[in-house]
Amino acid sequence: MSTNTPESPTELVHQDDSLEADQTDIELERAARRKKAVIVTIAAVAIFALMWIVATTMSGTIPSIFASVIRSAVEPQTAAVAIAVLGLNLHFGFTGLLNIGQAGFMLLGAYGFAIATTRGMPLPVAVLIGLAAAAVFALLLGVPTLKLRGDYLAIVTISAAEIIRYTGRLSQLTDWTGGSQGLPGSEYRDPFVALSFFGSGSTTIGPLSYQNTGVNGWWIRAVAWSLVLICTLLVFLLVRSPWGRLLRGIREDEDAIRSLGKNVFAVKMQSLVIGGMLGALGGIVFVLPASVQADSMGRAMTFFIWTSLLLGGAATVFGPVLGTILFFSVRILIRGATGAVVPSDVLNTQQADQFSWVVVGVILMLLVIFRPQGVLGNKRELQFNA
Amino acid sequence: MLTLQPPASARGPARRIRAVLGLLALTLFVPFLALLTAAPAQAGVLPEVRAETETADCVQGPGVGCLRGTLRAGAPLTGVEIVINGPGGEQTVSTGDNGAWIAEITEEGDYTVTLVADTLPEGVTAGAAEHTVAVTKTANDSLVFTPRAINFQLDGQVEGSAAAGGGGGSNLFLQSAVSGLRLGLLLALAAVGLSLIYGTTGLSSFSHAEQVTLGGMVAFMLVNWWNVPFLLAAVITVLFCGFTGYVQHAILWKPLRRKGLGLVQLMIVTIGLSLAMQYMYQVLVGAGTVRVIREAPTPVNLFGVRLTDQSLWAMGISVIVLTAVGFALLRTRLGRATRAVSDNPALAEASGIDVDKVVRLVWIIATALAGLAGIMLALVLNGVKWDSGMQILLLLFAAVTLGGLGTAFGALIGAIIIGLVVELTPAFGLPGDLKYAMALLILILLLLVRPQGLLGKAARVG
Repeated sequence: MSTNTPESPTELVHQDDSLEADQTDIELERAARRKKAVIVTIAAVAIFALMWIVATTMSGTIPSIFASVIRSAVEPQTAAVAIAVLGLNLHFGFTGLLNIGQAGFMLLGAYGFAIATTRGMPLPVAVLIGLAAAAVFALLLGVPTLKLRGDYLAIVTISAAEIIRYTGRLSQLTDWTGGSQGLPGSEYRDPFVALSFFGSGSTTIGPLSYQNTGVNGWWIRAVAWSLVLICTLLVFLLVRSPWGRLLRGIREDEDAIRSLGKNVFAVKMQSLVIGGMLGALGGIVFVLPASVQADSMGRAMTFFIWTSLLLGGAATVFGPVLGTILFFSVRILIRGATGAVVPSDVLNTQQADQFSWVVVGVILMLLVIFRPQGVLGNKRELQFNA
Repeated sequence: MLTLQPPASARGPARRIRAVLGLLALTLFVPFLALLTAAPAQAGVLPEVRAETETADCVQGPGVGCLRGTLRAGAPLTGVEIVINGPGGEQTVSTGDNGAWIAEITEEGDYTVTLVADTLPEGVTAGAAEHTVAVTKTANDSLVFTPRAINFQLDGQVEGSAAAGGGGGSNLFLQSAVSGLRLGLLLALAAVGLSLIYGTTGLSSFSHAEQVTLGGMVAFMLVNWWNVPFLLAAVITVLFCGFTGYVQHAILWKPLRRKGLGLVQLMIVTIGLSLAMQYMYQVLVGAGTVRVIREAPTPVNLFGVRLTDQSLWAMGISVIVLTAVGFALLRTRLGRATRAVSDNPALAEASGIDVDKVVRLVWIIATALAGLAGIMLALVLNGVKWDSGMQILLLLFAAVTLGGLGTAFGALIGAIIIGLVVELTPAFGLPGDLKYAMALLILILLLLVRPQGLLGKAARVG
């Protein structure tokens, strides 16, 4: 100890300098990322605008493909999946939780909402019941697994999501869940449709032509995308808060955060519950223009949610929304292009549709291999090796 | 679990490009080639096969509704005819392998649905053979049925052709236990491979289920499209499946491991591969169930348990193959090397074991075993479908986790437990639809008390 000379003032200043330099580096990098996000968003909007113009002004195969791409991009179910992806982003992107059962949260939300409505609950209560079901589910899953290694949560979430799906399909529960036939939308949709102030009739904007209110019209689209905006804002505010920094800290080094005296288990649990409730909200929006079908929210849905998240970029704010829109519209584009290019005696319409899924699978593989950070993500932030 | 991450210097642009090209070739061109070569064969054999095995598709949409129902009496009833008469004219549909029937309805009005009693199997009678359905159109042009589905009241029990829980009475329990053992042995074939892959590379391979489907699919194509005798087809299938493991390891998993890709990313790559493979099967053979062998199997009575000869063969082959794998793991040099790599890859590498060679062998063996399991599952479960593998994927994961992640013998025990749980669930009076759910529930409960699995090392896992 005696040999140690106290650090000279100049050294201290020097250290401060390097600290500041680090901070300016981080600032610069943040600015660069923001710039990138803006550029990508402008590019995406420009591409969609171009498609829009082609679809409205011309006719033929390509404009009709573009029109269907735009239609699938604004689809309320795309918005619904985007909300669920935002929830998964909170789990995986920010906290590092490997949840491969997000579709289970969606299904629970949808069942909770639909069953409550058919039993005569008012709309807000029904939505709350759907969200509460997901929150309880998250608690049940989290208690045993959040203290274990990451892959245990993965196995438990995917198993639990499947248990919910099998249970929902039970013929003994037909009175509640509709069994394998599911619940038709007409049984729970009315209170929501009645809220519409869009009036009757239909409106056409460019290639989009829907009823103002209707079952699957402008009203559900407006509500669904507003919810996406609100949820994005919510996630943005959450991850910017001290709590959000804690999430990132847990993702990077759980033990370090624990050594700071933080309750890692509680924070992980909060993240699991909030992300799960976002999933449930997505599920509610998903079934509003359709019906509650247990199989429509199975493992395939979870995989789509994951693909969307990785496509857009995990641990980014706008990545989930961008990724979901890209995922659904690119598939329609591939399907349209396959149908237009490959003669129908080699691949018929149904096979072209299936082939588009093959391409989606390959894209997912290539994406993870060559651009694991997605469109908007930061590679340095995503060394997710939990 | 430690991962193998050789120095990054080993990677090169050539390797990277090779990986991409190989991947694209495998997933994009192979289906086309197969489709083209299969096209002439399809013309002769396939339509006939399809007509029998694929239930008529009905795509719900504007102006089109699907009326459906399922006929069950102990086991699903296949080939029962149902006549639907109404404003849209008369149509006859028959039930598929799962007992389900489906009819396309395009017109509004009242329909009568009649069960053709002559087509019911022996010992089954219908309570009311006729039902009325009201079909109405909604504002958005979709059709609504009241009641939503038709359920005919059936009396009697069908004699369980493939021991599908139809034994009845006192030996129901024994019958289910044997079915469970059979499922467990077949699951074990695939689960041991999955566990070896996890043990040596740390990867949870979601596409392993599709490797199982691949076995059934290739056997189906060889037997039905190219008229290869079944036993020869089975051998070719297993070799081919092992070859796909070799190719995948060479162009995908090895380069990616060298690239140092994280385990989560690798897992998502397998999800992508599984998605691509599933839909490739749909492009190739359609979305329906196809049967490898179309003749009905011969039933055998054994100590009061009814089994098919195919099931007996399947169980026998599983036991022999599993014993051989176990012997190889315990007694041969390469097997010991494999276990050493599973235990501690870094140490194994330092002791002079060629880890790459071991991992390559594991991939070949694992995919070949999965293919073998796929063929036998297709025989025992009366057919193979594009998502057959996905149906058992979670059972495989459950088996591997239950036994202890990465322990090959644990996977064997886990698979047999899972198989028994699945088949015994209905015997204990629980709804049959819950049998898979029950296996997963047991898995979750076990993880609560023993997170490392039955044979796992009691190491800290959190």
